Formats: sequence, structure tokens, C-alpha cells
Amino acid sequence: MALVLNEEQVMLKDAAAGFLAERATVAHQRALRDSEDTTGFDAAVWKEMAEMGWAGIAIPEEFGGLGYGYTGLGLVLEQAGRNLSASPLQSTVLVGATAVAQLGTAAQKEALLPAIAAGETLVTLALQEGAHHAPAATAAVATKSGEGFVINAEKRLVLDAHVADQFVVIARTSGTPGTESGLSAFLVPANAEGVSVDRRSMVDSHNAGTVTFAEVSLPADALMGELDGAWAGLSRTLDIANVGLASELLGLSTEAFERTVEYLKERKQFGHIIGSFQGLQHRAAELFAELELSRSIVLQALHAVDADSDKLSLLASAAKAKLCEVAQRATNEGVQMHGGIGMTDEHEIGFFIKRARVAQHTFGDYNYHLDRYAEQVGF
Amino acid sequence: MSDLDQFRQETRAWLEENCPETMRVPVKGFDDLYNGGRNPEIDHPDQKVWCDRMAERGWTVPHWPREYGGGGLDKDEVKVLREEMARISARSPLDSFGISMLGPALLQFGNEEQKKEHLPPICRGEIRWCQGYSEPNAGSDLASLQTRADDHGDHYLINGQKVWTSYADKADWIFCLVRTDNSGTKHEGISFVLFDMAQSGVEARPIKLISGSSPFCETFFDDARAEKRNLVGEEGKGWTIAKYLLTHEREMISGFGAAPKKSLGESAADIMGRDSEGRLVNGILRQSLAQYQLDALAFAATMSRVGDEVKAGQGLGAASSIFKYYGTELNKRRNELNLQVYGEPAVGWDGEAYNNGTLARDWLRSKGNSIEGGTSEVQLNIVAKRVLGLPDA
Ligand SMILES: Cc1cc2nc3c(=O)[nH]c(=O)nc-3n(C[C@H](O)[C@H](O)[C@H](O)COP(=O)(O)OP(=O)(O)OC[C@H]3O[C@@H](n4cnc5c(N)ncnc54)[C@H](O)[C@@H]3O)c2cc1C
Repeated sequence: MALVLNEEQVMLKDAAAGFLAERATVAHQRALRDSEDTTGFDAAVWKEMAEMGWAGIAIPEEFGGLGYGYTGLGLVLEQAGRNLSASPLQSTVLVGATAVAQLGTAAQKEALLPAIAAGETLVTLALQEGAHHAPAATAAVATKSGEGFVINAEKRLVLDAHVADQFVVIARTSGTPGTESGLSAFLVPANAEGVSVDRRSMVDSHNAGTVTFAEVSLPADALMGELDGAWAGLSRTLDIANVGLASELLGLSTEAFERTVEYLKERKQFGHIIGSFQGLQHRAAELFAELELSRSIVLQALHAVDADSDKLSLLASAAKAKLCEVAQRATNEGVQMHGGIGMTDEHEIGFFIKRARVAQHTFGDYNYHLDRYAEQVGF
Repeated sequence: MSDLDQFRQETRAWLEENCPETMRVPVKGFDDLYNGGRNPEIDHPDQKVWCDRMAERGWTVPHWPREYGGGGLDKDEVKVLREEMARISARSPLDSFGISMLGPALLQFGNEEQKKEHLPPICRGEIRWCQGYSEPNAGSDLASLQTRADDHGDHYLINGQKVWTSYADKADWIFCLVRTDNSGTKHEGISFVLFDMAQSGVEARPIKLISGSSPFCETFFDDARAEKRNLVGEEGKGWTIAKYLLTHEREMISGFGAAPKKSLGESAADIMGRDSEGRLVNGILRQSLAQYQLDALAFAATMSRVGDEVKAGQGLGAASSIFKYYGTELNKRRNELNLQVYGEPAVGWDGEAYNNGTLARDWLRSKGNSIEGGTSEVQLNIVAKRVLGLPDA
């Protein structure tokens, strides 16, 4: 696949850029934060996004989606990254729908994918238990009980936890923590007895929470796919999730960089525009180079998802690791090159550094993915 | 069968028949490449045989027009030829500054007579060229060059000095930047001329590099003669040509950033060992290697992306401005890692045990990549000013 966008994709990208820059900007994000909004995103804006088909952008047409593939979703996420737009795009469209598509039974897909595509249902993944992303280390257990199962788990960093309708919960049905086999996925309604959600306040003021599943009884058909066999589908879901987050981080980093370069052209010190100082020019030029590399690796990874490439895991970890590195550098330089004003809450550059660190951490940070990349390439 | 499949079959058969067995092993380094010229350096007689056979078909420079000695192949055919050559590990038959630098500039700016005179001998490997740009006081600030060309009717007489002129002692001709006028700004009054090095007014003195070899020279001109018909473009308008040629030079140099086939990390694991989980034992080196390899992957993806954008008619994007800088810095990183991975043999200088110091010498030579063709700092200046639009001091 050529590393260029086709006409349909360019149109989608432009449409997303236009819409989000007007309806879901950093200013909107600030207002949601300051008003302690109970939903955490603008439901009316989300409804409009769904009407444009974004909720089902990567969902196949047979399930009511647009069938644009993940390259399409990546382009929208990139624009969401530029604007720091809060919405269920990450929790549900990128991760939830993918988990259902990768792990779910035919009946579960029938029931959920069209509802997700219509923007009516929010589905999110409940995976992480410790301080770090470590899917194989999952220790939560689901035990057989009659025809069904009983789950006990405490899951962290569950995106959009307090507004989700369904959780895809990863739990151990056999084996010991640290092993990849023995994991199973379950579909758990948010209103099931024993489920409690604690909405958490994160640095980026986007939605996340801790969800406790205490002796939650589930019918047999809550199981997604094969008993003990969730690993392959989970890995693929996480690969896709990380490529999506890398797309978001690409948009975020590019925007932070462009805003910083604009500032370098405005601010004067010592009688000169600060952008004329070579010490700053070279740092900006190096960052520009890193952003160009980032764009290429993200596009390659998105194509790998859509082409069902056997290099997906390698490219997903490569893209996430690279974007963690570059987002960190772009946002740090962003604050530094703004000087004192970059440290103020009033200035928007601070919102970028905050969202970046949470997105970096989500589903594995730089250390996790660089390590995994090295493994994938044979050392 | 499509025309391209047909072409592939014929090419494969022809290569099987004509590529000597000795030319089906990878080159050992720069010195092993065949550069042609009036007095070619030949390590193996098959080098010339292979070059001549390819030149006869125009395949030493397959994408140039046939009338100038090239193969007249389109992009897809060139790709097939490269793939078929790679299939049997066939060496490049000829590498030269004529192909990578002067040729593109002549095709763009030369007149018909100049193209007819100079391009075919480049394709046949008969004339070897060198690049007379830098001077003792004109390096990064190239436009301040002072080598003078005085008008003598049908020819110029050239006086002055060039430096760092790669292979000046082995080259037959030089493409040279000279000053024909001193009255305007420094970018005006520069002319681009071609002349024969085999004349009494030209002297090239080799300079030894830190890598031990002497590929470049100080080059002196004392009333050296250049015919007026070998002035490329207009008199005083040579700067445009000089810059155009530099973009080709930078493109060639940035290609050094391409990652080797076998990952350096795997080589490291073979040498140093793995832990029980299969990881390279030294975690600190493992991290540096992974970072390098990831950047090499992303750089290769960027080269592909820019190529694909050009093919799709989107023009040469701003991303291409980083190639020279990033590719050479990557190559330097790889060479530093080579020393760490291979250890003692990599710091050996001479003798069979050290393969005559190939690793160390390549490492030292790589330091020049971010200097030649415009330094990394100058490349970053260009990105900052032309791409990002940051102001001058
Ligand atoms: C291996 C090799 C082969 C070469 N082959 C040829 C050849 O065949 N023909 C030819 O003509 N030339 C050749 N060169 C010369 C090469 O083009 C010059 O060395 C190069 O342009 C730098 O010029 P300089 O050596 O005078 O360094 P200088 O320009 O003096 O640079 C010294 C240092 O100052 C920095 N610097 C200079 N200006 C700036 C600025 N504005 N901002 C920030 N930093 C700056 C440089 O980046 C560098 O780090 C070759 C060089 C090498 C190393």
C-alpha cells in the first residue's frame, strides 16, 4: 500500500479538522474541566460525530458502520489529538468496538456493533490492574458457576468508565499471572449487580475510572470467544488501540509544535524575535524531523492494520514507542520555549503536555513498547 | 504476459548470462566500488567486463535517455532491473560522481552539445569526475568562493585553490565553481565550468583522512584552461546549478542511512548472548540498539512516503528537507553501535584478524557524512528558515 492518503481519506481528514476545530477545541475541554461536567465530554457534539458516521468509522458496513478502516479512524483521531477533543472515540470506537469485533461471538457482534456505530452504546475495555500496563500479568479471576461465571476484579484506567454501558473485562480462567494462556474476555453490563465505578480525576481531565467487579454473576453467553483463549484477540485489540493512540499523539505533537513555532515568530527578547536564535532554531528543526518520521511510522502502522499484515505487532509497538518519545519531546519543548507563560494554566500549551502523558501511559508507555519492539525484531 | 513481466524475464535471462560470478558478491566497502575513468583502479578484471557489458545496454545508468548513453527505462523497468540484480546479488557495475551529481545537473541545465559530449562517457565509465566546490575559506559559506576565472575569448584561465576535492588525484575532469565577476553580491558572479584535469595548470595533492585513506585532495589551479563551450548555463548564474547539484549529492549521501538487512541487535545477541527470556544480555546496549533500529525503520518509512507522494503527484514534500541531516546522523549512530557490538575487533586498525580495520575505518569515515555535502548544522539552518519560516538573526 502506498504511503499516501486517497481522496476519500483526505476529505475525511479535512472534515474532521474543520468540525473539531470548531466544536471540540481546547477551550471546550477547559470549560468541561472547570465546570466539573458530569459526563466529561459534550454529549451533543458526540451525537453530531455519530451522525457523521464517526462512531462506526472502522466498523464494517454489514454491522452498520462506514467500513473506512482504521486508517480512516486514525485520521480522525489525529485531528482529535490536535484539538485535545474529549469524546468516546478512544474508549468505544477505537478500543471497545475493536474488542467486540476481535473477541466477540457472532451474536455479540450483531447485538453491539450496530449500536456502537449508531452512537447509542458505549463499550470500553477493563484490563489494567497494576500501576503499569501488563496484560499477561492479569490476575483477576472468573470462576465457573453453574452454567455461567462469577467475576472478581478491580480494573484501573478504564476509559469513559462512568458513562460506559458495557465493559469488556479480561480475567483469568486458568493459568497463573504472567502467562498468556488462560485469559478470557467477558461482556459485563455496567448495571450488573456487583459492578461499581469510581470516576477518577486524571492529569488530562479526560474520562477514566477504576471499576470494581465484586462477585458479579454472568450468564454463559457473557463469555467472548473461547474460554482461556482471549490472548490473540486481546493482543490484536491492543495493537490497534496503540496505533490509534499513536495517531492521536501525532496530532497532539504536531499541534503543540506548530503553536510553539508560531510563538517563536512572535516573542521578542534582546531586541530580536526569539525564533532568530540558532539555539532554538536547531531544536525546532530537529523536532520537525522527528515529527516527519512519526507521521510515516504511524501511517505505515495504520496500513498494517487495514492490510492485516503479519508485521502489525512490530509496527504497532514501533509507532507507539516513537510517538511516546516524540510527544514527550514536543510537549516539553513546547512549555520550555514559551517561557513563564507556558507554565500558566491560562495558556493552552499546558493542556497538551497533560493529555500527552496520559495517552502515552495508556496501554503501554515508551518503555513497554520499545522493549516489545526489540523482542519483535529478534533481540 | 504483461510487457513488464516480459521485460523481467528477458532481464533475468540476460543477467544470468552476462553477470560474471565474481560480480555476484557484495562489495566490501567504498574502495571496492568500480568508478571507471581513463586509468581505472581495477581489483579484479571482471569489474571492467561487467561495466562494459552493462554500459552496452545503457544499464549503468538505466534511467537516462538512450541518446546520452542511458538505458531509457521508465521507473517500473528500473525497479525490475534493480530487483533482478538484487536477486543474484549482482554488484552495481559503476559508481561515480558523474552519475550521481554532474549527470542530473547537465540533464537539467546543459545544452545539447554538452550533454552529447559528456554524458555518454559517464555511462561507459570512461571519464571520472570530481567536484570542485569547497575552498579553504569557503566551506559552509560556499558562495564566498574566490577561485577566479578570467575571460580569454574562447576560454577561461582559472586561478585559485579548492580543497577537500574527493578523488581529484584520480579524476579525469572536474565540475568546478569559479568566480567570473566580483562586483555583485556573493551569490552573483559564480559560474559552473567543466575542464580536463590532465593539464599542466592543475595539481592535486592527496590529504590523508582519519580513516587512513586519502580520498580527497587540495587542488591548485595555475592558469588552468576551461573552454567556453564547457560553461554550463549562463556566465554568472552558476549558483542555481550548484544548488541543484547539491540536492542530488545530499540525496545520495542520505541513502547511507538505510538500515542493514540483518538487525544489529541480532548480531549483538549472537556475540554477547541472550538471557533466559531471549533478550540481549546487556539491557543498556539493547535499548540503544532498539532506539537506533526504530529510528532507521521510521526513516525508511519516510523515504518511502516521500517517494509515494511524488508518484501520486503531490510534489516533493517538506519531509525531504530532513533526509541529509537524518540519514547521516543515523549512519553515524550505526557506526558507533558497531564498535559497541563487535568490541575488540572493531577497534583493530590493521591485519587480517581485523579485516584490515574495516569496522574502525568505516566508523571514522562515517564522521564525514554529516560534514560533506553541507553539514548537519547547515541542514538544520535550512529547515529552520525555509521550512519553518524562522527569521534570520
Ligand atoms: C569526506 C569529505 C568529502 C568531501 N568531498 C568534497 C568534494 O568532493 N568536493 C568539494 O568541493 N567539497 C568536498 N567536501 C567539503 C565539504 O563540502 C565541506 O567540508 C563542508 O561544506 C563544510 O565546510 P568546512 O569544512 O569549511 O567547514 P566549516 O564551514 O568551517 O564548518 C565548521 C563547523 O562550523 C559549523 N558552521 C558553519 N557555519 C555555520 C552556521 N551558519 N551555523 C551553524 N554552524 C555552522 C559547521 O556545521 C561545522 O560544524 C568534502 C568533505 C568531506 C568531509
